[in-house]
Amino acid sequence: MANLFEEVKNMIVEKLHVTPEKITEDAHFINDLGADSLDITTLLMEVNEKYGIDIPDEDAQKLDTVGKLVGYLKEKLGKE
Amino acid sequence: MTRRVVVTGLGVVSSLGLSIKEFFENLLQGKSGVSRITRFDPANLEVQFAGEIKNFPFTDRFDIKLQRRTDRFTQYALWASLSAVEDAGIDLNKIDKNRTGVIIGSGMGGIETWEIEHIKFLQGGPKKVSPLLVPMMIPDMASGQVSIYFGFKGPNFCITSACASGAHAIGEAFRLIKSGDADLIVTGGSEAPITGYCISSFANMGALSKRNDEPEKASRPFDKDRNGFVLGEGCGVVILEELSSALKRNAKIYCEICGYGASADAFHITAPDETGEGAYLAMANALKEANLSPHDIDYVNAHGTSTKLNDKIEVMAIKKLFKEHSYKLLVNSTKSMVGHLLGGAGAIEFVVTCLSVFHNKVHPTINLDNPDEGMDLDFVRFQMREKEIFGAMNNSFGFGGHNACLIVKKFVGG
Repeated sequence: MANLFEEVKNMIVEKLHVTPEKITEDAHFINDLGADSLDITTLLMEVNEKYGIDIPDEDAQKLDTVGKLVGYLKEKLGKE
Repeated sequence: MTRRVVVTGLGVVSSLGLSIKEFFENLLQGKSGVSRITRFDPANLEVQFAGEIKNFPFTDRFDIKLQRRTDRFTQYALWASLSAVEDAGIDLNKIDKNRTGVIIGSGMGGIETWEIEHIKFLQGGPKKVSPLLVPMMIPDMASGQVSIYFGFKGPNFCITSACASGAHAIGEAFRLIKSGDADLIVTGGSEAPITGYCISSFANMGALSKRNDEPEKASRPFDKDRNGFVLGEGCGVVILEELSSALKRNAKIYCEICGYGASADAFHITAPDETGEGAYLAMANALKEANLSPHDIDYVNAHGTSTKLNDKIEVMAIKKLFKEHSYKLLVNSTKSMVGHLLGGAGAIEFVVTCLSVFHNKVHPTINLDNPDEGMDLDFVRFQMREKEIFGAMNNSFGFGGHNACLIVKKFVGG
C-alpha cells in the first residue's frame, strides 16, 4: 500500500499532463493541477479500471485533492 | 453602403504540406498526396489508400493536453487557423474579438473518436465510454476549440452539408460580414475521415476508386478511366475580413470574395441530379450576387471528384452557364492530387482558388490521360498554367444534394 501514492501520481501525470513535482498530498485537482470535471472523471475511470472498483458519484464529488483520493483508495482497497 | 469582404489570410493542413507555400508548390508541380494508408493496417479493406497526412506534428505548436481532448479533425482546424491568423498578420491585442467569428464546417466531425469509443462500449459496457466522446466527436467542436484558443467571441457555429460543408461555411461567413454581424471571420472546413469504418461505407456504396495497385493514379477527374473518388483528409481555413478593417491595418489582400450561391438538387441522397440543374443554380446564384458576367470568370476550381456522375453533370452545368465562354475557362480539380476532403474539400479548394487569383498560377489536373466523352474543356492537363486571372469560381456539391458555389475576384483598389 506504500506504493499507492506513487501509483496514483503516475496516473495523474499521464491523464492530467502535469509535472510530477506538482503532485503533492495537498494538491487540489482543479485549483493546483488545472483539471476540469472531465479530466477528473477520466482519471477516476482509470482508477476504477486499475483497482477493479467502482467509485460512486457521491464519493467522487468529495475527492478534490490528491491526498483525499489516495486516502479513499487506501480505505476502500483495505476493506475489500 | 455595401460592405466588401476580402481574403487576408490562408492556412492548410494537407497531404501535400502543412504550410501554404509547400502546399501550393506541390500542387503546381502536379504531385500526388495519395498513398497506401499507414496509420493502421488497411489489409482487410477493399480500399487501402487515401490522401493521408503522415506524422502530423500537432504538439509542435499546441499543448499535449489539447491533443488528448480533440479529435484529429479539430487538431487540423486548430493548426490551419493558427497558420491563417499568422499569415494575415493579425495582432490579437488590436482586433475587436467580440466582432471576430469562427465558422468551420465538417461533414463527419470526430468519426475516429466515435469509432474508438463505440468499440469500448461494445466490449466493456457503458462505464468504459469516455466522457470526452461527445465533446470530441460533435462536428461543431472545431469552431468551438478555435474560438477558445484565440478568445474570439463573434458568431460561432459549424455547417454540415457533407462535401459542401467547407464552401457553405465560407459563404455564410461572407454573408455575416457583409450584413454587418462581424468584421472578421476565421472560416473553412475540416475533415479526418480515414478510418476503417468510414472507408468501408464509402467503398460499399461504390463511391471510391479501388485502384490499390496505383494509388497516386486513382483520382483522375474527367478521365475516361475514372472509377470513383479517393478519400482525403485535412483542413483549409481562410481569414475573411471587412475591407475597411483590412485596409486600416495594411493587410495583405489575396482577393475579394464577392459571390456565394447555394441550392439543392432535391433528387437523391448520394447521386447528383443528372440534369445538372442543382449545380447550375448554385453557380448562377453566385454569379448574380457577384454582379459579374460569365466572361469575367477565367478559372473554375471544379468539384471534380473523379466519379462518373459528378464530373459529367458538373461539365454540363458549366457549359449551360458559360456557353461558348466555357472553352476559354481554365478548369481544374484539386482532388486529382489530394483526394476528396469531404467537409474540408470546399475550403481547401477555396484556398487554392484564392492563391491562383493572387499569383496568376493554376495547378494542373493530374491523371487526365484520356478525357472522357464530352469532357472537352481546358482542364489544365499535365502542366500548371500561368495566366492573368480576374474572376474565379469554386464549386462544391455534397451528398444530400447540397450545392455551394463561391466566387472571388482580383482585389482592385479601396
